[in-house]
Amino acid sequence: MRMMNWRSHWPLMAIFIVLLILPPIIPRFYTYIIALMFVTGLLAMSLNIVVGHGGLFQFHHAAFYGASAYTFALILTKTSLPLWIGFIAAPIVAAVIGLVIGLFCVRLTRLYFGMLQISLGSLIWVIVFRWYDFTGGDDGIHGIPMPPFLSSLTSSYYFIFIVMAICLAVIYLIFKSPFGTTLLAIRDNPQRCEAVGINVRRHQLAAIVIATFFAGMAGVLFVVLERSVFPDLLFWVLSLEIFIMCLLGGWFTFLGPFLGAAIIVSLRTFVGVYTEYWTLILGIILILLIFFLPEGVMGFLLEKFGSQVLKPGERGIE
Amino acid sequence: MLKVEGVEKSFGEFMAVNGAHLTVGKGELVAVIGPNGAGKTTLFNLITGQLKPDRGRIAFRGEEIASIPPYEICKRGIARSFQIVNIFPRLTVFGNVQVAVISQQRKSNTLFHPAQGMAVEETNRILESLGLIDKAWNTAGSLSHGDQRILEIAIALGNDPKLLVLDEPTAGMSPEETSATMGLIKGLAEERGLTILFCEHDMDVVFSIARSIMVMHQGRTLIQGKPQQVRENEEVMRAYLGEE
Repeated sequence: MRMMNWRSHWPLMAIFIVLLILPPIIPRFYTYIIALMFVTGLLAMSLNIVVGHGGLFQFHHAAFYGASAYTFALILTKTSLPLWIGFIAAPIVAAVIGLVIGLFCVRLTRLYFGMLQISLGSLIWVIVFRWYDFTGGDDGIHGIPMPPFLSSLTSSYYFIFIVMAICLAVIYLIFKSPFGTTLLAIRDNPQRCEAVGINVRRHQLAAIVIATFFAGMAGVLFVVLERSVFPDLLFWVLSLEIFIMCLLGGWFTFLGPFLGAAIIVSLRTFVGVYTEYWTLILGIILILLIFFLPEGVMGFLLEKFGSQVLKPGERGIE
Repeated sequence: MLKVEGVEKSFGEFMAVNGAHLTVGKGELVAVIGPNGAGKTTLFNLITGQLKPDRGRIAFRGEEIASIPPYEICKRGIARSFQIVNIFPRLTVFGNVQVAVISQQRKSNTLFHPAQGMAVEETNRILESLGLIDKAWNTAGSLSHGDQRILEIAIALGNDPKLLVLDEPTAGMSPEETSATMGLIKGLAEERGLTILFCEHDMDVVFSIARSIMVMHQGRTLIQGKPQQVRENEEVMRAYLGEE
């Protein structure tokens, strides 16, 4: 937008360029891990729309991620529809499920919202888990066919990277829009928002639909990367993990959840090699975090280094 | 403009409001007074829709508003401030007012247009008239109590209301701050031609600026009239000074 923004965003630009040139020069395994970070990062960012910005306890966000991944997988394996239809339909299915579950949940507040949300989300998991004929039950669906342009890991990497970048840009625009600012205000004080003429429930519902749509995008990208789906994608444990990513990275920042996702994926990959109990390390990190970095890693970094480059008015939303 | 007739509201066994009557004419500055627990705040919450009355009528510009949600009431032209500071603590002072102005302009649902440049002029005008413009980029939660109270009013003005309802705008203020704030409110009423309904504990202030005063006692309206009438009313004296 302005020159100042270019200056404050150069680290981002640098990372962007590095990520673009990496795949041919690093081992396949790392390419895969980075692509997985993109997918998980987008998922965490989508949750943060409702958690960090909306103040809603969306405890079972993975349900929508998984539902979309399954929709995409089923369309590719059971129908002869072209890829792009599945690609659009799957996130929309996730958003519609989000709308239906959201309709019930926004009537409740705070923890009650979370409790109902986790129950309704678990219902979807049960359906997928039990419906052997259709979803493959606990076996999942494997060997999902991909068109030639997504056949190699490198091409999947670029595809995932581009789609993710577009999604993040759109999420950024939404955060900066009046809709996003109003959402922040609702997080801070829903009662006051009603008194300034905002239909709080409808606004929260719209935020849920947007968040579940992007969770659906992440689900589709997961299938592109893995070519398989399994019930764990919509199990509540994953939902908890995404929640932790937001907390870890800093849910009052824009890219915090993405960083949190990258940290958790690395921990699982690199600590997981040495011990099955990598969650133990995660637990210790979380305890330290709550004591020393209550605003998350990104919140800490921005406070430390970001104050010179950001206008005071931009704090709290960036 | 606003007409409240025979409104009742109970919380369990307790009748918080038990027969309240109130008339506010266009351009008037109307005060509601009464001892603590008289039901003033409950009455205000009923008018602006935070609570629903059990019985009675509330009409604003000829339309019944007793059963519609607060955001609808706000869109019809009633904005309010709260007795306990009720702002958006993590947003900037500017952001606090801007949210209300954007809502007033019916743009809260706009998705792909940066909010940064929106409603700037109106927001700045309000901040300027209330003396908050120097603190526009402070986080609202970091303001002093007095400034947060003023910000309360600023948010309400962001809705460009026809009727402004102020629930104890000077709660917790020092006597100097109180008179400054009331001066500000009086100025606003004159300058913008606002209709204002407020409640206030400082009797000197109330009797000096209010056009009309409504007295509440134990949830009931004792009288509504000109300051002079209220001053001479025996029932009011008894309510304030106790029986005999």
